[in-house]
Amino acid sequence: MTKRYTKDHEWVEVDGDVATIGITEHAQEQLGDVVFVELPSVGKQVSRGGAAAVVESVKAASDVYAPLTGEVVAVNDAIVADPAKVNQDAESGAWFMKVKLADKGELDGLMDKAGYDAFVAGS
Amino acid sequence: MGTGAADPAAQLLRTPLYAEHVKLGAKMVPFAGYEMPVQYPLGVLKEHLWTREKAGLFDVSHMGQAALFGPNHDATAAALEALVPGDLLGLQPGRIRYTQLLTDDGGIIDDLMVTRAAGGADDGRLMLVVNASRKAIDYAHIEARLGLPFKLEIAPDRALLALQGPLAERVLAKHCPEAAALAFMAATRAEFDGIECHVSRSGYTGEDGFEISVAETAVATVWQTLTADADVQPIGLGARDSLRLEAGLCLYGHDIDETTSPVEAALTWSIGKRRRVEGGFPGHARIAREIADGPARKRVGIRPEGRQPAREGTVIQDAGGREIGRITSGGFGPSANAPVAMGYVEIGHAAVGTSVGLIVRDKRLAASVTDPTFVPHHYKK
Repeated sequence: MTKRYTKDHEWVEVDGDVATIGITEHAQEQLGDVVFVELPSVGKQVSRGGAAAVVESVKAASDVYAPLTGEVVAVNDAIVADPAKVNQDAESGAWFMKVKLADKGELDGLMDKAGYDAFVAGS
Repeated sequence: MGTGAADPAAQLLRTPLYAEHVKLGAKMVPFAGYEMPVQYPLGVLKEHLWTREKAGLFDVSHMGQAALFGPNHDATAAALEALVPGDLLGLQPGRIRYTQLLTDDGGIIDDLMVTRAAGGADDGRLMLVVNASRKAIDYAHIEARLGLPFKLEIAPDRALLALQGPLAERVLAKHCPEAAALAFMAATRAEFDGIECHVSRSGYTGEDGFEISVAETAVATVWQTLTADADVQPIGLGARDSLRLEAGLCLYGHDIDETTSPVEAALTWSIGKRRRVEGGFPGHARIAREIADGPARKRVGIRPEGRQPAREGTVIQDAGGREIGRITSGGFGPSANAPVAMGYVEIGHAAVGTSVGLIVRDKRLAASVTDPTFVPHHYKK
């Protein structure tokens, strides 16, 4: 499966009509040591661009925005119990939530890996 | 995350160790008009823990170093006592006092360290270390209030290092044996591998440690020697902030400013007993009244329940949901392994153990009032 990326430094991986969402390697590096994660409840409706989760490092607090619209069908409680996992495994095991997509057409607005890398390099 | 403003780095000053920080891979950020290392590749959390376990080295050359000269100690001390509430007349040679420059109504212009020179030809000289963000204001204030025969000599050619942590004494003694003999809040002229320096046993982390003032031309040698020690890591401003927050120490412009008095800020311990009675410093009427009757509000520690940090500016509420104060510094304490904060609350809610609410992201977090010292101090006994 290929990953897609947002300008808010989230990654999305789609399997059928369910998207797994997390923050990028670049985002975890910028945040530094993650000490707290708050995830939405399963069943919550999230809409593209709306705040969906919170991630806090020693120094700063950041919102994680929903890259796509849909219903939260699973959340990763392991990163709530051990927030440091976000620094260790941002783009795989430390996923944040799975969202059942309302409109797969929204995926077209996301960047591919090359596009995201160029965006990070230019920002 | 950018602000879109023009590159502010253009006007930023650099300490003499700028090239060393870059060489070590530090992330540089603007702070008080300087380009300073916020963290090195180790990262804030590990830098913090390293300092509590071993020895951390900080470049604090952005801070203001100056000396006030007068005919003798009693004269110079009396002159500076007109601006601060600390007991300086009673300061022994080679000893350090923490005090505050005050406005005429008892607000804090800055907090500072005052050291009485060790004696002999230096008698009548008080050395000052002030905050980077306030140095221009402090110097102008002192010069406006103190005329001849007193003279303020600013030392922009002096760099300042802090070596902090339980192994600081052992590390520094290899190069500067005099340091090991210093008591807490004492200072001496010394040599570091033959380099002239001035060493103080003090710091801003709650740990034992030293501050080393050295000529800017020699500081890179001292820095390189210390960072080469296996027990030493360079530590950035990020961990400096979390270390001082856990230790309950105030950061100027956040926890104290011209609107807060030393009594409100829970710094009454730093006001000399003689000074409380005699006065003779700006704002004495307010401060005496606050000591006698209690201040309207007080700086306290705040411990949020759970794991979520509450940051500066967070509203503090009483049990009924009424605002009783604000958090002035807050974050995650790596050694406390918990969120820690400090802030001001109305005096009726300042007792340790009082339950309060914090409004974080529109939700109410339960918290309690604590002593601001989240991690016990380990100063040299």
